[in-house]
Amino acid sequence: MTTPEQARDAVDAVYRADSRRVLATLIRLLGDFDLAEEAMHDAFSAAVERWPRDGIPANPRAWLVSAGRFKAIDGIRRRARFDASLGAIAERLDAGTDDPADWDDERLEDDRLRLIFTCCHPALPPVGQVALTLREVCGLTTEEIARAFLTGPPTVAQRIVRAKTKIRAAGIPFQLPARAELPERLATVLHVVYLVFNEGYSAFAGESLTRVDLSTEAIRLGRLLVELLPPPPEPEAVGLLALMLLHEARRAARASVAGELVLLDEQDRSRWDAARIAEGAALVEQALVSRRFGPYTLQAAIAAVHAEAPSAAATDWPQIVGLYDVLLRVEPSPIVELNRAAAVAMRDGPAAGLALIDAILGRGDLSDYHLAHSARADLCRRLGRRQEARDSYLRALALARQAPERRFLERRLGEVTVEVPGGS
Amino acid sequence: MRYLCLIYDDEKKVATMPERESNAFMGEYFAFTDGIKQSGHYLAGEALQPVETATTVRVRNGKVGTTDGPFAETKEQLGGFYMIEARDLNDAIQVAARIPSARIGSVEVRPIVEFSKP
Repeated sequence: MTTPEQARDAVDAVYRADSRRVLATLIRLLGDFDLAEEAMHDAFSAAVERWPRDGIPANPRAWLVSAGRFKAIDGIRRRARFDASLGAIAERLDAGTDDPADWDDERLEDDRLRLIFTCCHPALPPVGQVALTLREVCGLTTEEIARAFLTGPPTVAQRIVRAKTKIRAAGIPFQLPARAELPERLATVLHVVYLVFNEGYSAFAGESLTRVDLSTEAIRLGRLLVELLPPPPEPEAVGLLALMLLHEARRAARASVAGELVLLDEQDRSRWDAARIAEGAALVEQALVSRRFGPYTLQAAIAAVHAEAPSAAATDWPQIVGLYDVLLRVEPSPIVELNRAAAVAMRDGPAAGLALIDAILGRGDLSDYHLAHSARADLCRRLGRRQEARDSYLRALALARQAPERRFLERRLGEVTVEVPGGS
Repeated sequence: MRYLCLIYDDEKKVATMPERESNAFMGEYFAFTDGIKQSGHYLAGEALQPVETATTVRVRNGKVGTTDGPFAETKEQLGGFYMIEARDLNDAIQVAARIPSARIGSVEVRPIVEFSKP
């Protein structure tokens, strides 16, 4: 016998664990995001009402999908009395199979993957892809997404509405990409996950603690992709998951107790999350042996070398420089060049790194990027070229926007400024 | 669903193609058109005269205003179109990607508004 409390707890548990699966399948069966969302809420309302009376069904997910579909078709039929064109839609939906195999567990997992690929369709604008994925796949509310991206709920709501409108009007299908399209389509999905992770990761401290949740959501999405994509595992999906885990492992050490930024070489490595590092490193291995890896795997491999080093000085810098060389060939970018220059400075000394950074800045590529100037300042400081260090810290400070980064730069600027007694 | 594929090319680039290359390009267009007729995607398709031949018409306060060409100084101009029938956007993208000009210019894929839903 099920008590009403047990039944209510069961509905809550299924909602938390499975509402996104149920939604994904309803979108496939009903062919419309809004209709499916309404149907899902109707189905859960029906569960709240019926499960205490009838008991918890053997397969709650299938029950919810079936109830949601029935409610949606019933709703369209009732509206069809006023709008004849809806009658045909209800007939078409009803003609869809009633076969429970249509919503067995495997089909449900496929539907979740379909949902991810639809939300991340390259025909949608990137901000729409991100908002829709967080809303539909992760189940965040519009308010939560707005808070995470430091924007207003109306902006997020508008992005979601526009994306859904385009899906409907342009005929974006609720479909897995064909084999031939998979690489390009997966790249868009991985980019969305990466954007979500970075948004959470770059806001690590102080005023916006809620944004940390975005990194958690991104890792969940990354895991989901690795789990759901057809075998063999896609190396870059594995690589991205590894990259996120290895970065996330250092989160606690990136900020001091006072919320100040702590750079990699000064972090207390005992505060790194060993379990995440082990998982990330194992995934990097898995992606590397596939020999079909790309930029995410290479970045993860670099993060793994850092994560497994006992200290900054004992890091295998030649290997890191080597990995950056490969990364530059796969995906040339001035930011990768800058990171490589910092690694060269560790391997061959600050003067060698400074020459590379000056060459990048000389091309004008990163002249508005605060980290290029702070990296230059740091090498000048280590070389004792105080005036140049000061100038570069000032440039960096003029460009940096986040409060902890600014405080960090101000501290360093103070160090290179005050040390001459009596001088100014 | 019906989609209009609007083909944008750099007219100068196309006009200054060496004859052999330009013949091969036209040949690709004929083969492509035959292909989408056979696959059932084709509804209509035409190439347009160069943009210098265009005329823009506006009616303001009941008066017809006629001007020479579109004024916008863009690198690529509308040079032709295909109207296609496709299963969905993914299908339409596959067709659009095979239009020869997609390699040198670009193709805008626009769904048609269906006013009378069955």
